Amino acid sequence: MQRVDNSDVKRARAYPMQPPIIPHKIDGYQVDTNANQCMACHSRRQTADSQAPMVSVTHYLDREGNFLADLSPRRYFCEQCHVVQVDAKPLLNNEFVDIDELLRAARDAGE
Amino acid sequence: MGVIFWGGFNTAMEYTNTEEFCTGCHEMYDNVYVELQPTIHFTNRSGVRAKCSDCHVPHEWTPKMARKMLASKEVWGKIFGTINTREKFLAKRRELAEHEWARLKANDSLECRNCHDFEYMDFTWQSKRAAQQHSTALASGEKTCIDCHKGIAHELPDMAGVPGWD
Repeated sequence: MQRVDNSDVKRARAYPMQPPIIPHKIDGYQVDTNANQCMACHSRRQTADSQAPMVSVTHYLDREGNFLADLSPRRYFCEQCHVVQVDAKPLLNNEFVDIDELLRAARDAGE
Repeated sequence: MGVIFWGGFNTAMEYTNTEEFCTGCHEMYDNVYVELQPTIHFTNRSGVRAKCSDCHVPHEWTPKMARKMLASKEVWGKIFGTINTREKFLAKRRELAEHEWARLKANDSLECRNCHDFEYMDFTWQSKRAAQQHSTALASGEKTCIDCHKGIAHELPDMAGVPGWD
């Protein structure tokens, strides 16, 4: 079975709104109505203790864009968006072009 | 005569520490034992594992005897069915969990340390955040194992109001 990347090293985002990947193992982490184990380190109050990146402010917004006092229920289940990484060979060639590359190419072409 | 008594006593002590004895009650089997099964203390790469008594019964003589006497409360619970349905268990889960957290907090996570000896922990083999946490808060004595490793073996109860979790 593949080993999950547990290096705690942050990676560059593929696009600005990309949910950052999880750079550590999450085996058995409980995220249900009783407890959210991710938030035990990544909540606003715990970051000083854990040194883990805090959940972004977007996670406090409700559907209308109002700020809530605590984590929005629509963002409660972290793993719907955030994933761990394994060191696996891509099955297909990745032809994704970053917006930065496009902008750079446009700027170079414009010169 | 003394040998028979002593042998019998120790046999009983050992038997009441086995996994099959503890999980003999459906309250334990259907609830906490089922929750234990996907965790690392049940099955893992090396096969080194913990049975119920490794975490819930002290190794040393006097605390072990004390715990065995306190087990009469569990016998009472079995007879009077304090958690004999899923609903009753779920209702009491937080209280039972808090008992265990308090016990481990009070004895500085003694049962964890029976296997996980801090003096022999090699931080270079741990992940970055594990090494960071163990070499600071754990080393200084500011925190003990159970402070962070709640839910390592059985599922967490409703954590509202638990420091570090809400």
